[in-house]
Amino acid sequence: MMNWLPLAPDFRADLRAALSTPGATDCLAKLASLSGHRLGFLETIQLDRALERLRLTEAPGFSSVKLAILSSSTVDHLPPGIRVAGLRRRLLIEVHVGSYGQYRQDLLNSRSSLHQFKPKVVLFSLTAREALAEISLGASAAQVGDAIVQSVGELRLLWRKARDAFNATIVQQTFIDISAPVFGSYDRLVPAAPKRVIARLNDRLVEAAQEDGILLLDIASASERDGMGAWFDAGRWFQGKLEIAPQASPLYGDMLARVVAAQRGLSKKCLVLDLDNTLWGGVIGDDGLEGIVLGEGSAAGEAHSALQRYAKQLTERGIILAVCSKNDPAIAESVFDKHPEMLLKRPDIAAFVANWNDKAENLKLIAKKLNIGVDSLVFVDDNPVERARIRESLPMVAVPELPDDVANYVGCLAAAGYFEAVAFTAEDRQRAGLYAADAERGALLESSQSMNDFLRGLKMSVAYSSFTPIDFARVVQLINKTNQFNTTTRRYTSEEVTSIADSPRAVTLQFRLVDRFGDNGLVSAMILRPNAEQPEALEIENWVMSCRVFGRELEFEAMNIAVEAARQRGARALLADYIATSKNDVIKELYPSLGFANVNPTPATNGATRWVLDLAAYKNRATHIARSGASR
Amino acid sequence: MSDQDILNSFTRILRDLLLDDSIVLAMETKREDIPDWDSFNYINFIVAVEGEFDVKFKVADIESFQNVGAIVAETARLAK
Repeated sequence: MMNWLPLAPDFRADLRAALSTPGATDCLAKLASLSGHRLGFLETIQLDRALERLRLTEAPGFSSVKLAILSSSTVDHLPPGIRVAGLRRRLLIEVHVGSYGQYRQDLLNSRSSLHQFKPKVVLFSLTAREALAEISLGASAAQVGDAIVQSVGELRLLWRKARDAFNATIVQQTFIDISAPVFGSYDRLVPAAPKRVIARLNDRLVEAAQEDGILLLDIASASERDGMGAWFDAGRWFQGKLEIAPQASPLYGDMLARVVAAQRGLSKKCLVLDLDNTLWGGVIGDDGLEGIVLGEGSAAGEAHSALQRYAKQLTERGIILAVCSKNDPAIAESVFDKHPEMLLKRPDIAAFVANWNDKAENLKLIAKKLNIGVDSLVFVDDNPVERARIRESLPMVAVPELPDDVANYVGCLAAAGYFEAVAFTAEDRQRAGLYAADAERGALLESSQSMNDFLRGLKMSVAYSSFTPIDFARVVQLINKTNQFNTTTRRYTSEEVTSIADSPRAVTLQFRLVDRFGDNGLVSAMILRPNAEQPEALEIENWVMSCRVFGRELEFEAMNIAVEAARQRGARALLADYIATSKNDVIKELYPSLGFANVNPTPATNGATRWVLDLAAYKNRATHIARSGASR
Repeated sequence: MSDQDILNSFTRILRDLLLDDSIVLAMETKREDIPDWDSFNYINFIVAVEGEFDVKFKVADIESFQNVGAIVAETARLAK
């Protein structure tokens, strides 16, 4: 399990060295680095114990998360795997475990320890036993259907309760099927056979989750893939009512942390591929177009094709592809243009870097070209030396430990779950095309005499409105995934965005930028709320913009629009914080450039500088962006 | 692998599990002799031993091991 992570050279020694490191944050950094290795059940417990000793609930560079598990089986063995997997993603996860089987009471009783804990993520980890107990083997399909609708209906009430009480993200675990066959193959044809019931229960659960905006932790699929033996141990069930086998707990934790991280925009964004012996077999510089192994005719060639096919699928869901290869660029590109078995074409690759330089430098270059963080990259290379080099010099890059056999590359990459999502938006579907259009924009920029010329030539228009329900998913994604143009890096759950959009006191704005090369999609969002101390002012609580549209004057037009909206509310001033992080340096001068005046010459302890804009004095800034009214 | 080797491994496993390098197990050691070795960490210990020695204890045996020596003996028998 978790074979995409590299083995720790000497875990015991490294852990003890970390523990004797003075200073909690330095110790935490060492533990976080250890957490990036392949850890078994026992190592996970040790690392967690070391982490617990630090007693940290906050640390610089880490996001804090409060997670409660509501369960109908024993889950006391799960928190170590969850916390260690959080550490792997720079999340400090505080876990509350309710007493098993008490989740209804804990939810309904507002004086319970659960309510005192105030979770921001609530995980429902339930067994199928309760639903199964209601259904006798002779029940008809209709009776089974009714029972399932009722079970899931009760669950939905609990979801709603948790949401209302905590404004939390709800995660529902799918039901694993640990039932023994009663008939055999015929089980699937018997409506009330446990196997059949659990399958239908999961189907109904997924529909309900979709309708209610609940996230899933799909251990049903994982246990089918890994084999039930890897996830369930009958002995542990009888011993202590553990439905998740202890050996599976590190992977369980990792899967859960992926979902939590995805919701905070911490999933990877870009797959960087090596070429020789990764995308195809052999070395193009030595073997030539005819000599490399790819496609039909050889098993290895088909396996390389399978990797390409998988990469192509990833582009279709919005993952950016890049190439990083030690090669002559012309020869490397010729394979994409000329080899008949290439499934990936040159336009699929948003950043193509082939040269003889150090790959660590090239990865930084790729991130810069794409305007994303180096920590958004996954680097796939068959060469263990290159992998070790990147892990050493760029520890924030995910580098899967590829298996020896190319046949297993796809399985390894998929199992690592780097690209976990919590939504699949129109922007995701179009992203590959958006990057291709960016190349055309780049060409226009090069042929333009001046920046003004370029901006005029783009023929831009902005469509804007307050947050609209159909765009909520994209707004949440944009706010949570954007790190550079993000004024406060405050993150919001979809529940919070919905409630802000519904609040009559708040002003929300979303911006969609269209130009002659196409629709850039919903690329900016702003949240303004009345300031408690200055009733005549609206405060920009957060403002984000996709890095893809930097330098197009959208920030100026967006501020023109925001000022108009604020004036309509009768506001006299706009207030704003800029909270500096390691990633939003690019907008350090944003507010002064928009005409805001600084209020606090010395930044606050959280790095915040405070700004104010007098609306009476503000004059609309001329831009090259036309207004095309409400978005959509 | 001798019983003493197994016992030494057990000491290492329990030290790792409880992150306490002062633990020394003997054949006569009982669970209640070691602070923190509660029923939860007993299951963890069993899981770790099963993983390390690639053995599987019977649920009935897990309930009835009288001391560390009994677990060592059963591990030796299964690992043969």
